[in-house]
Amino acid sequence: MNFLNVSKVHHTYFSKEAATEALQDINLSINKGEFVSFIGPSGCGKTTLLSIIAGLFQPTLGTVKIEGQDVFENDDLSIGYMLQQDYLFPWKTIEENITLGLKLLKKENHSIASKLLKDVGLPPVEKKYPRELSGGMRQRVALARTLAVNPKILLLDEPFSALDYQSKLKLEDLVSEMLKEYNKTAILVTHDLGEAIAMSDRIFLFSPRPGRLYKTFEVPEEIRNLTPFEARGHSSYSSLFQLIWKELESLEQ
Amino acid sequence: MNNNKLHQQFIASLVKEKRWVRFYQLLILIAFFSLWEIASSNRWIDPLIFSSPSKVYTLFIDNIADGTLFTHISYTLFETVLGFIIGTLLGTILAAILWWSPFLSKVLDPYLVILNAMPKVALGPILIVAMGPGMGSIITMGAIISVIISTIVIYTSFKNVDANYLKVLQTFNATRLQMFKEAILPASFPTIISTLKVNVGLSWVGVIVGEFLVSSKGLGYLIIYGFQVFNFNLVLMSLLIIAVFATIMYQLVELLEKKLIKNE
Ligand SMILES: Nc1ncnc2c1ncn2[C@@H]1O[C@H](COP(=O)(O)OP(=O)(O)O)[C@@H](O)[C@H]1O
Ligand SMILES: [Mg+2]
Repeated sequence: MNFLNVSKVHHTYFSKEAATEALQDINLSINKGEFVSFIGPSGCGKTTLLSIIAGLFQPTLGTVKIEGQDVFENDDLSIGYMLQQDYLFPWKTIEENITLGLKLLKKENHSIASKLLKDVGLPPVEKKYPRELSGGMRQRVALARTLAVNPKILLLDEPFSALDYQSKLKLEDLVSEMLKEYNKTAILVTHDLGEAIAMSDRIFLFSPRPGRLYKTFEVPEEIRNLTPFEARGHSSYSSLFQLIWKELESLEQ
Repeated sequence: MNNNKLHQQFIASLVKEKRWVRFYQLLILIAFFSLWEIASSNRWIDPLIFSSPSKVYTLFIDNIADGTLFTHISYTLFETVLGFIIGTLLGTILAAILWWSPFLSKVLDPYLVILNAMPKVALGPILIVAMGPGMGSIITMGAIISVIISTIVIYTSFKNVDANYLKVLQTFNATRLQMFKEAILPASFPTIISTLKVNVGLSWVGVIVGEFLVSSKGLGYLIIYGFQVFNFNLVLMSLLIIAVFATIMYQLVELLEKKLIKNE
């Protein structure tokens, strides 16, 4: 059975001025442990779909199920959501930030902060405040905060796009390695086609106005088993890049 | 020259500058009081109206000695501090209720505008008739003058908290109460502190006007009494005491600010 099932999802935003159809008839499913990416021109509904999968709001039509349970009806389903910026709470220490989810879910566990910091490759900075850390370090803390609640699925909405290139490459490797280690299912939204190829098992290409699932690409086996950094250097990487790039170009016209 | 030496020079220049600032501040203070004294004794200004530092000082010592001043000061201080705390607390609670219910906030919006525009001290006579001419109505004056503006300012800050913080909390299945506690309130602490600073001044206004009207105790009463019996030594002494305590209160709020806001 599939781990995640999105079926017949439509979503329209209503405002006084207009009704914007953001998603039209989205059907897709993802297996346990799989890493997939959503790519497509800006405004094609990627963030909307991710928010719906996260259970932040209900789609106008359609259902989203994780292991057979509807994401809106089940409050216990834990979902990890990472945004473009870290959104660490500036008045909380790093430790308090990491354990925030556990505190809210009443599963407090203080020793987890130092373990997670180690896992995401940071020195012991538990007692520091977010402002004392660099952008790349803060995004690592945000990853630790997301992983602390042991989510069933990770949703990553352009989490690397605000970072400098070097931090971005390092974080890609870290996230990819950690997700494999914990055998987590993940969905990555990205603007960076190369990142999508280097990190994913499958890539979903969306077309805009209204947002539709346009095409799905399988990433070849030989790239999947490499780290994202190594994948960027592999020969099959550039041929897949060319292929998807042409599709993207045709969509943007 | 090495870095260490340069750093020490830099610090020395800072210290030196600070000393000069303090020097001029003190100079202004001394100049003000000496000029006041000289102008009064040479009758450049009418000593009956503008008094003089020496007369104010003599009166101050006398009133301290007979113990009356202490009572007046403690009444006014108590009323002001309480009015100030109630005003800010009530403002924060009202803002929280408005944040909780967007519908209610839409309904109440025009009324907040009207209440804010209205000069609250004009309510004084009604308050005194309704609540009796005592401490209760004076404290209410001190609070009422700041509550609406605090509500509006704090509510605006609640609304402007970045929605992505709430998104993060929502993914952890946070309730609305938890969102308020974890994000909305702490993110608005800087705004609440700055309303506190404004409210220090406002509650002094409310309390002094209240004491004018009730006319039985307190520094506001001393001012109005001094005015009625044409004793301007008393008026000026009360004014100076108010200036000192209002400043102390403001400094305490700044101290609180430093303790509460760690992230800047
Ligand atoms: N809160 C909202 N209200 C109204 N329209 C929205 C809202 N959020 C997104 N949209 C619209 O829905 C469409 C899809 O947006 P989004 O999901 O953010 O796309 P993407 O993440 O792919 O750039 C866009 O046309 C956008 O303008
Ligand atoms: Mg987006």
